Amino acid sequence: MNFFRGAAVIAAKDLRSELRTKEALNATISFALAILLLFSFAFDPDADMVKQISGGLLWLVFAFSSALILNRSFAREVPNDCLDALISSPASGAQLFLGKAAANYALLLVVEAVALPVFGIFYDAHWTRQLGLLVLVLLLATWALTVIGTTFSALTVNLRLRELMLPALVYPALVPALMAAIQLTNVLVGSDTLDRENYIWFRLLAGFDVIFTLLGLAMAETVFVG
Amino acid sequence: MRNRVLYAFAVVSAALLAMNLYTIFMKLPDELNQGMIYRIIYFHLPAALTCFTAFFCGLVASAGYLTTKDMRYDAVAASVTEVGLAFATVNLVTGSIWGRIIWGIWWTWDARLTSMFVCWLLYVAYLMLRRAIEEPVQRARLSAVLSIFAFTDVIIVWKSIEWWRTQHPGPVLTIRGGGGMAPGMQAPIYWNWLAMMLLGAILVAVRMRQENMRREIDSLRREAYAF
Repeated sequence: MNFFRGAAVIAAKDLRSELRTKEALNATISFALAILLLFSFAFDPDADMVKQISGGLLWLVFAFSSALILNRSFAREVPNDCLDALISSPASGAQLFLGKAAANYALLLVVEAVALPVFGIFYDAHWTRQLGLLVLVLLLATWALTVIGTTFSALTVNLRLRELMLPALVYPALVPALMAAIQLTNVLVGSDTLDRENYIWFRLLAGFDVIFTLLGLAMAETVFVG
Repeated sequence: MRNRVLYAFAVVSAALLAMNLYTIFMKLPDELNQGMIYRIIYFHLPAALTCFTAFFCGLVASAGYLTTKDMRYDAVAASVTEVGLAFATVNLVTGSIWGRIIWGIWWTWDARLTSMFVCWLLYVAYLMLRRAIEEPVQRARLSAVLSIFAFTDVIIVWKSIEWWRTQHPGPVLTIRGGGGMAPGMQAPIYWNWLAMMLLGAILVAVRMRQENMRREIDSLRREAYAF
């Protein structure tokens, strides 16, 4: 089986089952909106304040709400021993990982596509001014979130304390990527222009994505099978 | 026999630490700008070097476990990580005390401090993961994978003072391209590193013995359940 075709089959299966039930997607979107609402009580969202903290606010919303999707990604395979069936299928561990990651990526991007305009309305943020670069940041940082989340979701799937362990593993590991995404989003939503100093954050994001994708692919077989 | 070797190592380590303390507090003069508080570097930096060495050993042992499936590697990885985490805590606490005196604040979110704190959190998560898994083979396998992931942050901590302009001081040791410290003042850093490495090795040996005993108890328990 062609490597990418195998991964695509698994991603399509995941997306299909999610779109039919929408259990993780609905919960995640409403959770994201609830956090956006809660942040408005934490500080007075005037123009200057929003300019300063828009990156942090947005990425905390994305990172916290994504935990729901990432947790469900493998947890939904546990009842009826579906995970064992997937492992014994012709798909390799790496294909399984990539397929799961691709499905999670698509779902997280949907959540972000809903939460971003709502953030713009609630906080009067002009996020469309440098949309191209902002989309690039979203794509890169969401992939970082996906890859770390999918790896650790696979790692913790059989644990009794799964829901407790996942955030304890994901958020510290994610800090470099989140830091980069927050810095870049602050600049882009705050309508400043990117200077040379900011490009190191792009490099960090890209490097993070490449390193952890390769590590995740290399470790997948070990995590699933042993 | 093994006990005697351990005791001998402990005596050497204690003597070395006492000698270093004498040098640091009685022989070395105060630093021109920082006064006496600069002496904290003789604990802060060796603790960092010791914890990175321990985490590197953890990485090697984890890779060793994944390739050989030998449980002894898992015992090494668990022990060195636990000991490394203790030294990482020493590093963070001493750094924070120094910051309070020199900067006037206990903590600042610059790249070096943040990445070191993240490193600490990741290895705490490693120990939490180990406690959360009861089945020994699964525990060994999954924690080995996490150890490999966590080590990437050690590299970030190491390189952070080169990649970003941080509030944390740049390298002071000549071998890392720093040159801010007189050679006579640098030597005790190495001596204290050696003392801490010895202390770390003793702790690892004790911890490994505990881990081996635990494995034995696990297998006895399984045998008892089998009947």
